[in-house]
Amino acid sequence: MKRPDISVLKAKAREARRTILKILCEAGSGHTGGSLSMVEIIVALYHYKMRHRPADPEWDMRDRLVLSKGHACPAVYTMLADTGYFPKKELMTLRKFGSRLQGHPQIGLPGIEASTGSLGQGLSISNGIALAARMDKKDIRVYCVMGDGELNEGQIWEAAMSAAHYKLDNICGIVDFNKIQIDGWCRDVMAIEPLADKWRAFGWNVVECNGHNFTELMDALDGAEKIKSKPTVVLAHTVKGKGVSFIENKAKWHGVAPKKEELDKALRELDEKD
Amino acid sequence: MKKIDGEMKFESTRDGFGKGLLEAAEKNKDVIALSADLTESVRIHWFRDRFPERFFSFGVAEQNMMSAAAGFALMGKIPFACTFGVFAAGRAWDQVRVSVDYMKLNVKIVGTHAGISVGEDSYTHQALEEITLMRVLPNMTVIVPCDSIESKKATMKAAERAGPVYLRLGRNASPIVTGEGDPFEIGKGVLMRDGGDVTIVACGQMLYEAVKAADILEKQGIDARIINMHTLKPLDDKILVRAAAETGAIVTAEEHSRYGGLGSGVSEVISRNHPVPLEMIGVSECTQSGTPGELFKCYHLTAEDIAKGAKSALKRKK
Repeated sequence: MKRPDISVLKAKAREARRTILKILCEAGSGHTGGSLSMVEIIVALYHYKMRHRPADPEWDMRDRLVLSKGHACPAVYTMLADTGYFPKKELMTLRKFGSRLQGHPQIGLPGIEASTGSLGQGLSISNGIALAARMDKKDIRVYCVMGDGELNEGQIWEAAMSAAHYKLDNICGIVDFNKIQIDGWCRDVMAIEPLADKWRAFGWNVVECNGHNFTELMDALDGAEKIKSKPTVVLAHTVKGKGVSFIENKAKWHGVAPKKEELDKALRELDEKD
Repeated sequence: MKKIDGEMKFESTRDGFGKGLLEAAEKNKDVIALSADLTESVRIHWFRDRFPERFFSFGVAEQNMMSAAAGFALMGKIPFACTFGVFAAGRAWDQVRVSVDYMKLNVKIVGTHAGISVGEDSYTHQALEEITLMRVLPNMTVIVPCDSIESKKATMKAAERAGPVYLRLGRNASPIVTGEGDPFEIGKGVLMRDGGDVTIVACGQMLYEAVKAADILEKQGIDARIINMHTLKPLDDKILVRAAAETGAIVTAEEHSRYGGLGSGVSEVISRNHPVPLEMIGVSECTQSGTPGELFKCYHLTAEDIAKGAKSALKRKK
């Protein structure tokens, strides 16, 4: 597939950050830091790598995205609306009573493949999808976005083991490696380094990249598709809260939405960067 | 209902499941089996040998197996995720809740070695709480077959039923109390014996104890009705309310905790619709190693205990 212009992707990312902040502010609660850190990842997937048809969300041969770090769903919802899965105005119903845009993603909203949010389960679900696809000789790929804090969960490593055991080269894991979890820096809460070595020891192909650099991300995702007989994980080094100076690298912004003044300030800052 | 005599045949409910799974798999190519290193114990080795390409080993990792089952189901497969009851419902409960039940996925969870009849393995392996844990989940169907014949039927029906199902099975060879030709419908209790004085509602192996209890009561001039409540969820309200109205006293019998299982379910229905005295036979303490016979006696799950419970409910009858 031909790569889109970086400038186009960058514009998508800028717009996505604005939207994420707006819908979180409107919701009055939600997860800002981890949504902003995965913006380039999700833009690269939906606007470049994934084969999908927003007008036909149940298309059998679509690639699947499983958002294992379900709390970052504002980023995915934003991308689903942007690519046409549902009307953009529905984004403003995020977390509200009766909305399809639940606080953590639930099936029923077009484009959402699995209900997630209880951390650690997404990679296992991806295993099942990938094995079933192989059984039916369906040439599809499964992208599973995980958080770094989420890697504390034992189930992730059970799933890592089984994906390698079954040589699931149709799985591409992506770790939004923003180095911060709810209680603080990952290194202080629970040391997960050396992370690349861990995945390699579990039998995975590991690619590290700057998770805010589209060229590096697209290289990593393209490279993953060429690796046979083992799953690939992309350790995407990111900055939690990326794009807004007073949100970046602050653990307290993990599960907090911007208030009106904070939103205005953040949007002004994003405008100035344009 | 067969007469209980010297010709009783014995077979485990896990065996019935293993055979039923083969038939279900012959009928539907989407039926697959997932194992957590207990392939022969849960009786899916026959399936593995017949359908190796539809069998998936997950090692000793029940949480991963359960969520992976959800992934399979999202792709249209009908996975039977099999392990011991304690691990299916205990170790992997959040996975069952979020990955399976809340998405209403077509995953069949099979928990074998349930109850104290697993015997010598002691309490880590004696599942006594999974009916409760599974019954509280909004979309889960819970089935506890009373013998191997019913287990086979339940397996095939589970494969055809849309949505998540929990099948609770035993390890030991237990008495066969139903016949091949007996009807089996999920959600429909079976009147095993009619009677007008008191009703015994039982599930699983306790059905055999219930039959023996009815014999004991008969000798004392008490006419007991027996209901085989193989489906714990959805519960057959109708048959229960009718029993309450017609017999005026109920005793429940389950090889499970007294809290949250069959007794609780029956009491939920009865207290709302037709309150009558109700006694519950079940386990309420931490158990230990022993033969099934020793343990049934120690934890008050015998026919004598059921008969005693029936009389105590009868005494409170107005």
